[in-house]
Amino acid sequence: MKFGVVVFPGSNCDHDAWYAVSQNLQQQAEFIWHDSPSLGDVDAVILPGGFSYGDYLRCGAIAKFSPVMSAIKKFVAGGGPVLGVCNGFQVLVEAGLLPGALVRNAGLKFICRTGPVRVETTDSIFTHQAENGQILQLPIAHGEGCYIADQETLDRLEREDRVALRYLDNRNGSMRDIAGILNEGRNVLGMMPHPERAADPLMGGTDGLVILSSLAGAYAGHAASHSPASKI
Amino acid sequence: MKARVYVSMKTTVLDPQGQTVCHALNSLGHKEITSVRQGKFFEIALADGLPKEKTAIALDEIARDVLSNPVIEDYRVEILD
Repeated sequence: MKFGVVVFPGSNCDHDAWYAVSQNLQQQAEFIWHDSPSLGDVDAVILPGGFSYGDYLRCGAIAKFSPVMSAIKKFVAGGGPVLGVCNGFQVLVEAGLLPGALVRNAGLKFICRTGPVRVETTDSIFTHQAENGQILQLPIAHGEGCYIADQETLDRLEREDRVALRYLDNRNGSMRDIAGILNEGRNVLGMMPHPERAADPLMGGTDGLVILSSLAGAYAGHAASHSPASKI
Repeated sequence: MKARVYVSMKTTVLDPQGQTVCHALNSLGHKEITSVRQGKFFEIALADGLPKEKTAIALDEIARDVLSNPVIEDYRVEILD
């Protein structure tokens, strides 16, 4: 499987994401520059963490107008999987690919710590290898990670089983403890915690790998189901 | 030609920065201050002699699609001659 990791000016988790999928997961991975009008032949896209365009105007606000985002919108419309982590999540909500918004943490402080996050649904290509209710210890590092949406949107997310991850120790004030959500087609996941920073034993934990390997596993399953030798 | 765009959090959205400023002012002795909302202000310079109505529509689009996020923010556009 080939992952494409988007690089915006100011992305700073792009190499972490690349390392996690290429070294820890042993998949192909390449960087995609923000002004690229196409995604090439990648099977999945990761929008990494960081401070795209210096977080100027609003987090993710300038990134949503970059040429690569037009390509990503088409990719998503065609069912292509996109994982947005931290700033990547902020870009996805700004671009309208996920509902709601991410605003300044309730305590106004930048929060950098590892904490427990619960898998709320396994019905997605990003979480199917996890167990329902599994607790993942994942690092968070953000100043604007407070997820907000109107009540109707929140109810809809819950009703459609689109809250993928919830904080057990909600430090940023996110509504309903939301740490990660899926789009309607379930092929886009935005999450504030960093799975790529918990993918190598040297980093003190590998709980984040389940998200990335679910994606790779879903692709392998998909490829197998389309081959004549498939047992599925 | 000049324009000003004011962007502020919707009243339904928590504004922790404004709240913190309000608390600070209260503790400085300004007890009469009951609420502060913090926002953004853009001063925009435009070429002279543009048709006013068309410019107003364009600025409204810019304010809505770029300068503000309508999910969380309201905006107001002022056009100055």
